[in-house]
Amino acid sequence: MMITVTVNGERHSHDVEPRLLLVHFLRDVVGLTGTHWGCDTSNCGACVVWLDDTPVKSCTALAVMADGRTVRTVEGLERDGELDPVQRGFMECHGLQCGFCTPGMMMTSRWLLDRNPDPSEEEIREALSGQLCRCTGYENIVRSVRWAAENPADDSTEASQEVSPS
Amino acid sequence: MTTIEERPAGDGAHGFGRIHRKEDPRFIRGQGNFVDDVQLPGMLHGAILRSPFAHARIVSIDTSAAEAHPRVRAVITGATLETLSLAWMPTLSNDVQAVLATDKVRYQGQEVAFVVADDRYAARDALELIDVDYEPLDPVVDARTAMDEGAPVVRDDIEGKTDNHIFDWEAGDRAATDAVFTEADVVVTEDMLYPRVHPAPMETCGTVASMDKVTGKLTVWSTTQAPHAHRTLYALVAGLPEHQIRIISPDIGGGFGNKVGIYPGYVLAVVGSIVTGKPVKWVEDRSENLMSTSFARDYHMRGEIAATRDGKILGVRVRVLADHGAFNGTAQPTKFPAGFFHVFTGSYDLQAAHCEVTGVYTNKAPGGVAYACSFRITEAVYLIERMVDVLAYELEMDQAELRMKNLLRPEQFPYTCATGWEYDSGDYPATLSLAMDMAGYQELREEQRAKRERGELMGIGISFFTEAVGAGPRKHMDILGLGMADGAELRIHPTGKAVLRLSVQTQGQGHETTFAQIVAQELGIPTADVEVVHGDTDQTPFGLGTYGSRSTPVSGAAAAMVTRKVRDRAKIVAAAMLEVDPSDLEWGHGTWGVRGDPKNAKTIAEIAMAAHSNLELPEGVEGHLDATCVYNPPNLTFPFGAYICVVDVDPATGEVDVRRFIAVDDCGVRINPMIVEGQVHGGLAEGIGMALMQGIAFDEDGNCLGASFMDYLVPTALECPSWELGETVTPSPHHPFGAKGIGESATVGSPAAVVNAVMDALKPLGVRHADMPLTPAQVWRAAQGRPLRTDLAIS
Amino acid sequence: MQVPAHFGYDRATSIDHALRLLARHGDQARVIAGGHSLIPMMKLRLAEPEALIDINGIDELRGITVSGDELLIGALTRHADLLSSAVVGEHFPVLHDAERVIADPVVRNFGTVGGSLCQADPSEDLSAAFVALGATGVIRGAAGSRTVPLREFHLGPYETAVAPDELLVEVRVPIRPGGSSAYTKVERRAGDWAVAAAGAAVWLGPDGAITDAGIGLAAVGAEHFTAPEAEEFLRGRAGDDAALVEAGKIAAQHCDPQADQRGPADYKRHLAGELTTRALRRAVARASGQEA
Repeated sequence: MMITVTVNGERHSHDVEPRLLLVHFLRDVVGLTGTHWGCDTSNCGACVVWLDDTPVKSCTALAVMADGRTVRTVEGLERDGELDPVQRGFMECHGLQCGFCTPGMMMTSRWLLDRNPDPSEEEIREALSGQLCRCTGYENIVRSVRWAAENPADDSTEASQEVSPS
Repeated sequence: MTTIEERPAGDGAHGFGRIHRKEDPRFIRGQGNFVDDVQLPGMLHGAILRSPFAHARIVSIDTSAAEAHPRVRAVITGATLETLSLAWMPTLSNDVQAVLATDKVRYQGQEVAFVVADDRYAARDALELIDVDYEPLDPVVDARTAMDEGAPVVRDDIEGKTDNHIFDWEAGDRAATDAVFTEADVVVTEDMLYPRVHPAPMETCGTVASMDKVTGKLTVWSTTQAPHAHRTLYALVAGLPEHQIRIISPDIGGGFGNKVGIYPGYVLAVVGSIVTGKPVKWVEDRSENLMSTSFARDYHMRGEIAATRDGKILGVRVRVLADHGAFNGTAQPTKFPAGFFHVFTGSYDLQAAHCEVTGVYTNKAPGGVAYACSFRITEAVYLIERMVDVLAYELEMDQAELRMKNLLRPEQFPYTCATGWEYDSGDYPATLSLAMDMAGYQELREEQRAKRERGELMGIGISFFTEAVGAGPRKHMDILGLGMADGAELRIHPTGKAVLRLSVQTQGQGHETTFAQIVAQELGIPTADVEVVHGDTDQTPFGLGTYGSRSTPVSGAAAAMVTRKVRDRAKIVAAAMLEVDPSDLEWGHGTWGVRGDPKNAKTIAEIAMAAHSNLELPEGVEGHLDATCVYNPPNLTFPFGAYICVVDVDPATGEVDVRRFIAVDDCGVRINPMIVEGQVHGGLAEGIGMALMQGIAFDEDGNCLGASFMDYLVPTALECPSWELGETVTPSPHHPFGAKGIGESATVGSPAAVVNAVMDALKPLGVRHADMPLTPAQVWRAAQGRPLRTDLAIS
Repeated sequence: MQVPAHFGYDRATSIDHALRLLARHGDQARVIAGGHSLIPMMKLRLAEPEALIDINGIDELRGITVSGDELLIGALTRHADLLSSAVVGEHFPVLHDAERVIADPVVRNFGTVGGSLCQADPSEDLSAAFVALGATGVIRGAAGSRTVPLREFHLGPYETAVAPDELLVEVRVPIRPGGSSAYTKVERRAGDWAVAAAGAAVWLGPDGAITDAGIGLAAVGAEHFTAPEAEEFLRGRAGDDAALVEAGKIAAQHCDPQADQRGPADYKRHLAGELTTRALRRAVARASGQEA
């Protein structure tokens, strides 16, 4: 069936099978491979994107369910050449290693900060508890989100080459 | 012989120190390039039909309906492969493994047929159209019965095979150990299982294979930690000329050992491309990953420890039954079928030790290759650290005090342990003391005493581990006959910018950053001026790859040594530029200058330009600064650490809360402390996972009970405490810059700390041991004195 | 990656439209809301419906309102909406307790109350919570609406009172003064299905005695998620700890847990009792103003 999905501000109209998963629509049809998948059972969260204003596990949503709606992916975090504070936080605080879970982690983190600009460590862990990381032990992911909370877009300065003391 | 060069700690921009990763800008923008991101024109998609049975004879396979599917291009079965002599492939342990089953299936999830179709959905659809007629056979599920008389024979494909025995292996001095045990005041025995677990990196395994029929060149994008070893194996398996095989390991979404071996799916993608003449992508789903690719551990161990009444440990004896699954697919050096398990003497000064290991076949997935285990050292550390706690239980001694009493002392290094390893360096008591100070050990014990009086269960667990990594000296260590030395090439462009080419492959460890820092440190140029090239066999020198925490000890050393070669060449060029004898020059971290005349010096960039110019060079000097080297490590390196875990246990539900985790690691000199700490964080979470929730059991029919992330649980952010890290630095005396490696330390060392903590909590209930994973059910049953067998289905 | 087999797809624009679509497809259609249980089953090809009827666009199915002495929860209400609803928390803390431990925050954004109830997994948490509260389901079919107590809603694992041509449209929870509620769950890890879980609701008389009690049990083989014998035991009794412990024991006796990798049957039975008692303690504490 014909669907139109606005992905990161761009309209994409395609004729797709109803069974096409949203993650495959984004990766294979639209060509945005920043969204990964890591399981088949909605347990790992590597595939998290925003459907309208809410994070969803795109391996467990159908592309047709996004018809007429907007999707935001990791490629849509950076705006007008400005990295999102979450992206900068992950870089500042070594919040990623292999980088595979990172897009999903960042999408949920941005959603959390939009609703709760000053989350506690516990609130960050709770918000990300449906997303798995095998590299970081979560410590630096939590710090990255805190960094983003402390350095919101407006009054932040360019990411330095120096590493923040931990 | 190499020497350690002392250098001040830097900011990372010109050498060692904390610096942001070069990898990050692409990953945070979603611009990584993982195998499933590879798109080639005309690319087809493969899917594998897998056995629902653990053990069954294949009566017939009917592929006609699948072949008739309009979007299917090829259906390949074992019979197809037999005509190509590709039905079986060698494993990394000199066994063979079926690429596609021909005679029978030997584990649930084994590869039976391969479909190539226009898209991944059609390929999956076609699997449903293949009709396989199986005749189920009794499976061997319980490893403890694998050698029983009359047990079904898993490997009847091996001529004359009448049992499930793979190997017997031993290390240490049996007679001396027996003598020590005979004379000891105290001997304690404990049976323990290190259950089957799976590394489960976030990215599953996959391959895109493209055979160019015109040129004969095969290009393979693959999730591999060892691209060069894979290339050689493809040449051996498929009979393809090695120079026409190019393995590209792009960004890898975590490996942890899962991506060391070659899996049937990789070979099938290659065959699919050869058969169809098109590129073929195959990427496994999560169930395939958990059911069929490399598991780890599955060691049934009986440990015995001998000591004096006052707590001096004299000897350790171990008997291991190793479940290797249906094919011996472990990756161990040829001499060491049980890997480096014989480092089970741990961090203690023992008089004697001996182990025997028996490997057996069962109807389970093959592997045993890894999971950040450093060649079975995980099992060894778990064994010894549990045994020390079991001894402390019997002697009613404090676990820290018992360890302190037996740890090797700094003056004993280099130390040759009872099974023959030569530990390079260490100050163990200092490291344990630091961990205890950070934890507030005495205060914790006081808190525990108060809680116990109120009937509350709190536990404090210690693990002191010694690793043996950086395999290894080529006269002792190989994989399938390939020695474990690694190459490095360093090219210096005329403007002084550098390109380092490496055999190892990052899966998240940050090699593009740390290896650039090594060159920067050794050559005095900015880290930003060094490009690291890796993961492409056409672009990089030969080497065995990244596993066993070997990248920094082996390839890191190669990078330092090749940079020193460049520096030596630069000295000759600088001497020609300055019109002095090379012996008059001194190195000034980035410049060669005339001794006593600091203004008269040339930077590496100036020297590089001159080396490419028409400057007249001394006789025998060819120009340019480029160099290559191969590093053959003289010994392993021996990182170590002291971990302390604090848990609270709910006695009525069996729930465990890891409240604190203190980790002091000594990995020698740290290139980038930020990355080192990240490696430790990740390994600690793995330890929590293995100790408390990860584990793959099988039911009586051989069904895998951990075949998805709904069943095989790995920790989330909520199960992990905020890690408390500390460090001591004892440089390795034989590594060029004193590094020891860190990749697996935390995974190796932490499970024992968690289990020891839970057992410590349960001590008032008279519990001495229960096997991982310590799920709420297992903890509750252990508290009842009826712990579960965690390798079998719970009944 | 696992992918579903082919199916047709219709987007329902109203309840009546959904019912017409259901009537057209017969039992070969499945309703999809959040899809977080159904789509994984379809990927494994354990479910291969010929058609999916997407009800996500039916606004009338979504929402939480108080009407008279009932709380009305639309079947399409997301778990996250239930968790963030102040009115739900005020009247029924058991629902907030349960929602905090259902799956994870991202899944809760899409998973729906009706979807969870209709999936009827024997380990499902909301079923136990609603049973404790004495809630009722409103089911619409071509012939009109009917109400079914949640205690009669579940006919067995993955089986409910909703016929193939019907739709669960609403859950109604009676608001009764003088009571409170709580939910406790043991899970192997955050986001996992329950090893065992218990919900409890109690209503106290002026003297502090228990005038009524509701208990719901998940994952322990309790018939219809209920523990009627324990509830009966509590009615009219002082809510002292001995009574709550005894009620737990009675609940444990009457369930029928099955061993699986979450635990052996004896452990689950033990948990049924322990968690019932804990949920009751918390509900009593809340009802008597000792805990928020």
